[in-house]
Amino acid sequence: MGFVSRGFKGRRRDTASSSRVPPGQYVVTDFPVLSAGPTPRVNLDQWTFTIEGEIDEPRRWTWKEFQALPAETVTKDIHCVTKWSKLDTTWKGVSVDALMEGVETAADFTTVFSDGGYTTNLALDDITGGKAWVVYEFDGQPLHPEHGGPVRFLVPHLYFWKSAKWVRGIRLQKDEHPGFWESNGYHVRGDPWREQRYWGD
Amino acid sequence: MQDMKLDGNAIGGLLREIFAMEMTTAVGTCAHCGAVNEVGRVAVYIHAPGTVVRCPDCEQVLMRVVRGKGRYWVDLTGVRCLELAEPEV
Repeated sequence: MGFVSRGFKGRRRDTASSSRVPPGQYVVTDFPVLSAGPTPRVNLDQWTFTIEGEIDEPRRWTWKEFQALPAETVTKDIHCVTKWSKLDTTWKGVSVDALMEGVETAADFTTVFSDGGYTTNLALDDITGGKAWVVYEFDGQPLHPEHGGPVRFLVPHLYFWKSAKWVRGIRLQKDEHPGFWESNGYHVRGDPWREQRYWGD
Repeated sequence: MQDMKLDGNAIGGLLREIFAMEMTTAVGTCAHCGAVNEVGRVAVYIHAPGTVVRCPDCEQVLMRVVRGKGRYWVDLTGVRCLELAEPEV
């Protein structure tokens, strides 16, 4: 007999060893689909994107107008609170900075809202300054409905529940209004590098 | 289109942990549309940060359950009334 091995403990998960993977996360190569409800049927003829709330006049774009806005292609790592991270994901869309250009607002907070009733709250500082986009392409293809197409929010420095699928607009607010998950146990900000998963983290 | 929708039997175990009794035969009234459905018949989404239970008639949210850090967070605002059988002694 002789040599006894220490036993193979299974494939080691790629965790905090990488400087790109936040604590408690592991890397996936597929793209898991998470959904809190049915996938809405979106009619692009009636689709609009709106900025409303603490703004003199709401801003609204039709699908055609939105497509004509200056687009950016960005490659980002994304981190889901269910513990998977996906590195180097490539998206095309419009930066929130471009949508907010020239807007004067007293708001410090926002609610991003979607078809189907989903909402998520974000500080205005967390979606401006090159930190958030409203995207319609993933990996060079139109964004699939199961991943939030035609248009989803992308705010990659926070847990991915903040990157609302089927997004329809941003409400500017003076006060913080916890969103769909944030009002029921999940952290109000959700910074993956601080592991802000749940209330009290 | 794939919808990942399950029925209420998918949360039988979860609700038993919380309510400590069989819940799939309980009957809930939707706070939005008033539809009355057995918990076993509701629409359930579990591939999400938490469990989302929706009315099979109007698709509005009946319950949200988040489990983490050894705690549950349970939102029942979408259920106007929950009717359940008294446990047999």
